[in-house]
Amino acid sequence: MSRAPSDLTALSLREAGAGIAARALSSRELVEASLARIAATDAKVGAFLAVAADRARAAAVAADARAAKGERRSEIDGVPVAVKDLFATKGLATTAGSRILEGFVPPYDAAVVERLEGAGAVLVGKLNMDEFAMGSSNENSAYRPCANPWDLSRTPGGSSGGSAAALAARQVHGTLGTDTGGSIRLPASFCGVVGVKPTYGRVSRYGVIAFASSLDQVGPLARTVEDAALLLGKIAGHDPRDMTSSTREVDDYLETLEAGARGLRLGIPREWFQGGLDAGVERSVRAALATYEKLGAKLVEISLPHSKYGIAAYYLIAPAEASSNLARYDGVRFGLRAGARGLRETYAETREQGFGAETKRRIMLGTYALSSGYYDAYYLRAQKVRTLIRRDFDEAFRSCDVVAGPVAPSVAFRLGERTRDPLQMYLADVFTITCNLAALPGLSVPCGLHAESGMPVGFQLVGRPFDEATLLRAARALERELPPLPAPALGAEVR
Amino acid sequence: MALSLEEVRRIASLARLRLTPEEERTFAAQLSAILAHVEQLKELDVSGVEPMTHALAAGETPALRADEVRESLSPGEALANAPAREGTLFKVPRIIE
Repeated sequence: MSRAPSDLTALSLREAGAGIAARALSSRELVEASLARIAATDAKVGAFLAVAADRARAAAVAADARAAKGERRSEIDGVPVAVKDLFATKGLATTAGSRILEGFVPPYDAAVVERLEGAGAVLVGKLNMDEFAMGSSNENSAYRPCANPWDLSRTPGGSSGGSAAALAARQVHGTLGTDTGGSIRLPASFCGVVGVKPTYGRVSRYGVIAFASSLDQVGPLARTVEDAALLLGKIAGHDPRDMTSSTREVDDYLETLEAGARGLRLGIPREWFQGGLDAGVERSVRAALATYEKLGAKLVEISLPHSKYGIAAYYLIAPAEASSNLARYDGVRFGLRAGARGLRETYAETREQGFGAETKRRIMLGTYALSSGYYDAYYLRAQKVRTLIRRDFDEAFRSCDVVAGPVAPSVAFRLGERTRDPLQMYLADVFTITCNLAALPGLSVPCGLHAESGMPVGFQLVGRPFDEATLLRAARALERELPPLPAPALGAEVR
Repeated sequence: MALSLEEVRRIASLARLRLTPEEERTFAAQLSAILAHVEQLKELDVSGVEPMTHALAAGETPALRADEVRESLSPGEALANAPAREGTLFKVPRIIE
């Protein structure tokens, strides 16, 4: 059977996998369509830091051989996917978006890469990101800018900007990102795709280059809620190589996906709708809430009184952990080495040349917050506020099943708009950051297009620990009621 | 609170970062602005509040294992990314003259 490549790239992950199962299409066709799409669009989008065409073609041939023998490994066997360049990939360069890791070729795979490839998914490349996952616009990538496929003058969000942009640009059928303070949900929201930040401990962090270890979590991005559920089911579960990995059984996210929203109690935090929220974003989010009511869900007003302290607590805790984690980049064992006059000079010169401005800024901030005389006033106090933020959610979940509201105060902002003012950039994460601090699962699902700008708006759901199933079910209930988003324009030349 | 240039240099030295004079000035201003923002945490009464020192859910405990020898990367794999090596060792600039 013959199909135009553009038809293939528009398929959902599940549809593509089902096509292989039915022998209506091959992994090779899907991979070629994906590579062609990347070749046609990525000079403009910049979603990829590296395309592994040969490796992908070889994997596709193997997947097709399995399909021919009736030995497919899973329903996603043979489908092209890509992962954020924060995940170690054996034999495939991994940079974390940083010059300090230029040329680094990991000797092992991250757990999630093992799991995806173990399920037969075909890795076509590594995705663009803010350096060390620090940023909200992907503008801190040391390698190339990434643009929003809906409007190439805007950011895709960050830090997993490439992971969201690649999906919006129809380059692959599913991606993985990481979310430390909103880094999956914000780009998902800005690019009109679905993104899930699982409960801390749900997905193994083994082989994920560390940013802030008490906050980092791996999650899927996809074009449909079903695809996100499918991917999460593949990557979730216990891994003894990550000491914070939960032994709790993984729910069957697909089984409950279509159960609807009837009877579900949505908690609406009044603090998320006060000041700073763009009027058009608020309209889309409120329309989504009305849709839930129509579906038989109950809206409950709740309060998360410590929400407004989230950014402050986060920008002490995350940089403190980062300053410690990034101490390993010393020019001795891997990555860049600069300077040869002595060991101390080697450290300083390597780090001067290898780290970008935002990374340096956060190392400085974290070092300061942990330094003698300031620890109690900053780091310890932030950890106590983190407890208060977690208690807010505990209290809220007594009267609701999920917390619902906007992902971000605005739609995707313009490239360059916030690069001069770091604090302004940080404020993009005001609604996503408390979920990480409380170690809860969160999700972003598109809820329509912004009336003035035509940009996608994301709707956020935050759940109880390990209750990703309810988030996905609730998101699916909304998705089913809304018209699918049109394909983004991407500039006429590449259509 | 405003960070002085001296303070910026002290922190940079602790973090083994070398900054240009321009970076020192920029960071002094930017870090001061960020620290001014985090000052708001001082409004809260945190007496009697336990710090959240880990992110595990209630009932979860960090998995510890016995400290036993296990198969690991081979020396060749572990050294493959070294900027400089000698035999099975990472090579660094001379420390003692």
